Amino acid sequence: MNSMHPSLTSDQDRQSWVPMLELAAREVFELMLGCQLLQASEPLKEDKLDIATMVGLAGQLCGVLTIRCTAKSAAQMASRMLGVDAEKAGPEMWDAAGEVCNMVAGNFKNKIAGLGDGCMLSVPTVITGTDYNMHSLADSGKLRANMVFEGSPLLISLEIHS
Amino acid sequence: MDNIRALIVDDSSVMRKIVERSLRQAGINIGQILEAGNGAEALSVLKDSKVDIILCDINMPVMDGLEFVRQLSGVENAKDIPVVMITTEGSEGHVVQALSAGARGYIRKPFTPDQVKEHVIPVLAGK
Repeated sequence: MNSMHPSLTSDQDRQSWVPMLELAAREVFELMLGCQLLQASEPLKEDKLDIATMVGLAGQLCGVLTIRCTAKSAAQMASRMLGVDAEKAGPEMWDAAGEVCNMVAGNFKNKIAGLGDGCMLSVPTVITGTDYNMHSLADSGKLRANMVFEGSPLLISLEIHS
Repeated sequence: MDNIRALIVDDSSVMRKIVERSLRQAGINIGQILEAGNGAEALSVLKDSKVDIILCDINMPVMDGLEFVRQLSGVENAKDIPVVMITTEGSEGHVVQALSAGARGYIRKPFTPDQVKEHVIPVLAGK
């Protein structure tokens, strides 16, 4: 059975991951979407975030990385990744948003010493709509990065299971 | 090389299109692009089609990229086709696993067209 690496267990260490989570996301948006992801200057309004993409992590770090955004933002992601109009993105916006989440999760874990080899990623899951409740079994805290993508809120969170 | 035939294996159709675009942006003269959503589909495609290079993700349902590369080495008419992995699994351990399985190159997502060029052109040139 895998256990979390000792250096990965303290809350202090985990809080130091937030800048790396932000950096991992920024790199994905710069390299794959050709745009800047900015840090939000004020708390995000979450009620309009109707797309949630999730990638599970298992191994030395167990948890779920979630990116929440608006459908308009997901369409913009597909537009930038595919070079098509956002209005014509269609169902590919879900694929694009899921792939962005996958790349952020992978890029993040590769930045944490000891996690690259010891942590596997699931394929992404995408939830659409706002009328749902998520009951996480995470019991070791939650990291959160409030970002802005093309003027719209984008919330990245990492819930950690012990 | 001109009119390169490439097989792109990724469970994300968006990512397959991005890889195709990156190959073109890298200045590679593409003649034909074939696509597959996982390793099993890729093996099926190769039964009927010849390609010059395969670009393959690792994390995929049904058959992942590492298993695909292992099984490819047993396919008589396809075992010499070079495979370049393009994946979020960017750790050294994964690179070693992929190269040991038979992959000829490794590109980490996120990537730039320049990185695609840097890794794919030498493989196409047989270096």
